[in-house]
Amino acid sequence: MIHLPATLKISLRALRVNKMRSALTMLGIIIGVAAVITMLAVGKGASNKISEQIATIGSNLIIVIPGSTTTSGIRLGSGTYQNLTIADSDAIKHECSAVATTAPILSGSAQVVYGNQNWASIVFGTDENILEVREWTLASGRNFYEQEIRGAAKVCLLGRTVAENLFSNDDPISKTIRIKKVPFTVVGLLESKGQSMMGQDQDDVIYVPISAAQRNLFGRYFPGTVRSIMVKAASTDALDRAETQIRELLRQRHRLGPGQEDDFTVRNLTQMMQTAEQASRVMALLLAAIACVSLLVGGIGIMNIMLVSVTERTREIGIRMAVGAKTWDIRMQFIIEALVLSLIGGLIGVGLGILVAELLSFLTAWTILISLYSVLLSFGFSGVVGIFFGFYPAYKASLMSPIDALRHE
Amino acid sequence: MTALIETDQLEKRYEVGDSVVHALDCVSLKIFPGEFVAVMGPSGSGKSTFMNVIGCLDEPTAGRYFLDGIDVSRMDRDALAEIRNRKIGFVFQGFNLLSRTSALENVEVPLLYDKTHPKDRPNRAREALKLLGLEGRMHHHPNQLSGGQQQRVAIARALVNDAPLLLADEPTGNLDTKTSVEIMELFVRLNKEKKITIVLVTHEPDISAYSRRIIRFLDGRIVSDRENRP
Repeated sequence: MIHLPATLKISLRALRVNKMRSALTMLGIIIGVAAVITMLAVGKGASNKISEQIATIGSNLIIVIPGSTTTSGIRLGSGTYQNLTIADSDAIKHECSAVATTAPILSGSAQVVYGNQNWASIVFGTDENILEVREWTLASGRNFYEQEIRGAAKVCLLGRTVAENLFSNDDPISKTIRIKKVPFTVVGLLESKGQSMMGQDQDDVIYVPISAAQRNLFGRYFPGTVRSIMVKAASTDALDRAETQIRELLRQRHRLGPGQEDDFTVRNLTQMMQTAEQASRVMALLLAAIACVSLLVGGIGIMNIMLVSVTERTREIGIRMAVGAKTWDIRMQFIIEALVLSLIGGLIGVGLGILVAELLSFLTAWTILISLYSVLLSFGFSGVVGIFFGFYPAYKASLMSPIDALRHE
Repeated sequence: MTALIETDQLEKRYEVGDSVVHALDCVSLKIFPGEFVAVMGPSGSGKSTFMNVIGCLDEPTAGRYFLDGIDVSRMDRDALAEIRNRKIGFVFQGFNLLSRTSALENVEVPLLYDKTHPKDRPNRAREALKLLGLEGRMHHHPNQLSGGQQQRVAIARALVNDAPLLLADEPTGNLDTKTSVEIMELFVRLNKEKKITIVLVTHEPDISAYSRRIIRFLDGRIVSDRENRP
């Protein structure tokens, strides 16, 4: 029995009559919706940025580094002990069920030269699994062969920054560069990864077979030892299990008794980042919740104005009842009026929210992400607010006695 | 022939403080289709209460009321609203038009609440306005119309649903003598040509003279009910 177009027309006319009042009432909703959208956009941007970072270091990543050594009572800090070996890396890969693969790392900085260009970069001795561990792909060329790792072949993979500095725009594949004066042939060029979360350039990197690094670049006191082992867990759920398995395996391999401390450290990088991501998401939700409060306040404004409107139009209600309007006809008229008010406010609020979010990202260089979901959510919420706060005035209007309403001056 | 309006021992009591006011006291009468009845009486005599009750705007405290053969004295709000919409057209002293709304849209209002197709509404409203000679005023707002014109818009609104009963409460109370005569002649014409039953409340003998039956109220009772020759 509700005639939407006619009711809508009546509502719009009623709102047009009191332009200033309608605009001020809408302002509450506009600010609320705009705040929700902006806050969600800021939060979503922050957590997305962290997710991206996680993706660039490689997902489900665990790093194992040696423990600290003590020389003459001076503790040298973690990573100084030369007790992690390539064999440890292989053992982790083969014996821990929660581990997908591992890559040993023996790194150091080195000067690299090609023709008349030179550049200082970090050289990582590793094996062919490094690309899988770091979820990195090659822009051109190929990965290491297994026999190159075993045979200490002098080949290397170049990061984008290194390639650009040494070769400008030339193709580096098959060219020979010199790392610490030792010639290495470039076999692959890595895709660009950009900055890490700490602001380091992840593309300023050279990968060489770990055997070659040990023999020709960074000779160690104990051959076969590594600086760290990068581990990729089988899945996100397996991260904790992988950590435990690695710890148990290494304690066993290093013959540590029950009372002894670990002589290595296991760091769950992904978990650290996920915690950060979660924190930013909670922060965003909190901000959005605060913004929702302002939307509620806007809703109360609507209720207030609708109550005034019902009182002002008592006579109109009486006339409509006299000519046959039923309870729900009257109710719908005022609910739709409140809904129109809140939805127009919501629409303007969406526009304003997007504008403010864009402005914020322009002014602060924050990553800001407006999702369709947040737009629909806040717009929908403004509608719910309209119906919820419009109902009581509408209910009150529908219960008036037609005679009293007609007599109302 | 069944009566259009039949009341049986109709009573309406109000409690004011400790005392009880009998606004209607044992009112029994019949009004048949096609009649033109004037209800008269001094203020406080119960004539307005009578109009509200037979207009289904107010419920009687006791007694029964049959409208067009249907017992409406115990109906709920929405059922009464539907009866008002289908059977009764109202004309009030103060016109009671919606301001800031054109004459045409005012006449359309009763059609919003029945099963009339939205597309047919303007046509039916236009016809009703034409019948009352307001073709040229369809898009005027009430404040752009004279009192007589406003009252004719209200009558068009009362007629648009083809209701068999037209209730007029002091329809000429706000109009000058010349316009009052015009409006009353209009009622006579509608009664004769369209066979619409008209019940009108007035306290002016000049106005009641147009009717063919005059019912007088005093202290909530009918004190006289006689034929009138206009």
